[in-house]
Amino acid sequence: MTLFGLFTRRGSAPVARERLQVLLAHERAALDKIDLVAVLRDEILAVIGRHVSVDPDRVKVKMNRGRAVSTLEVDIEIPTSPRTLARPPGGAAVAT
Amino acid sequence: MAKVLVVTSGKGGVGKTTSTAALGAALAQSGENVVVVDFDVGLRNLDLVMGAERRVVYDLINVVQGDAKLAQAVIRDKRLDTLSILPASQTRDKDALTEEGVARVMDELRAMFDWVICDSPAGIERGAVLAMRHADMAVIVTNPEVSSVRDSDRIIGLLDAKTVKAEKGETVSKHLLLARYDPARAARADMLTIEDVLDILSIPLLGVIPESREVLRASNIGAPVTLANPASAPARAYRDAARRLTGELLPMTVPADRAGLFGRLFGGRAA
Repeated sequence: MTLFGLFTRRGSAPVARERLQVLLAHERAALDKIDLVAVLRDEILAVIGRHVSVDPDRVKVKMNRGRAVSTLEVDIEIPTSPRTLARPPGGAAVAT
Repeated sequence: MAKVLVVTSGKGGVGKTTSTAALGAALAQSGENVVVVDFDVGLRNLDLVMGAERRVVYDLINVVQGDAKLAQAVIRDKRLDTLSILPASQTRDKDALTEEGVARVMDELRAMFDWVICDSPAGIERGAVLAMRHADMAVIVTNPEVSSVRDSDRIIGLLDAKTVKAEKGETVSKHLLLARYDPARAARADMLTIEDVLDILSIPLLGVIPESREVLRASNIGAPVTLANPASAPARAYRDAARRLTGELLPMTVPADRAGLFGRLFGGRAA
């Protein structure tokens, strides 16, 4: 550090404050996103599961947050074999 | 109506146990019937800080598992008969705490005391979640330092999600206790100020505990700092914080230890 720098040294606290504000803004948004996707996944699964039996591991919910538009991608694999449909034989396989 | 208070922080070493002991003793000194409960299973220290380590026979785990009655495990403080401690186990691990067992013990404690103060373990895992689970209010102990502030933010999120109150759609009231604060360093912009931390965490301020050698002295002799040296700056700060917990409105000040001649000559820096 130069002698001049010694006299003009600025405190480090404002740097700490700014770093924290940026970091926590990101972390709070990220945590919210994780929660939202988990909630959406559970509720979508529950609605679909009322009509068709689905394997919980075959349901993918993805959220992408962009600057202007955010997208929600839901990918559900529904088995085609009649044995795996939720409704018993005789009833409608897929209720409408 | 009994109040359950959790003292929590996320980060370790910021002063949870010191604050639990000091706030518990301050509330007990004002006539409230208080029990402090150590949730740090496997690393118990509240008994040591309070000078009760040689009187521990049964602990929280024994009570949770039904091996001892609550009355057998609760230790009455020798200096204050309104203050009691329920120690944690030193040999078991936190998996020995069951959700239902903890709920039952908390209900029993509510019936016996005015204040149940839970000293949380560090971290955001099961032990910390169990400690906050039944809380009506929370004291978040934070140091004016980046990692402590960040972890406090996480803990605030957990209090809003994983407590019984949160699950019922109610809120746990949250209070910031800023510990190890050095007003001189904050004034030189070498340390986050009270306002900085409040801006970032946006929860109400319960008190500011100044950095002080009296805190270490108190734990050395096994007494809450509010009892070890009632006139010291941290003791006064903890007493004010305890009064605010009971709903009193007091002006916010940062007490200072009186500097001796040596301290005054060399800038009066505490600790």
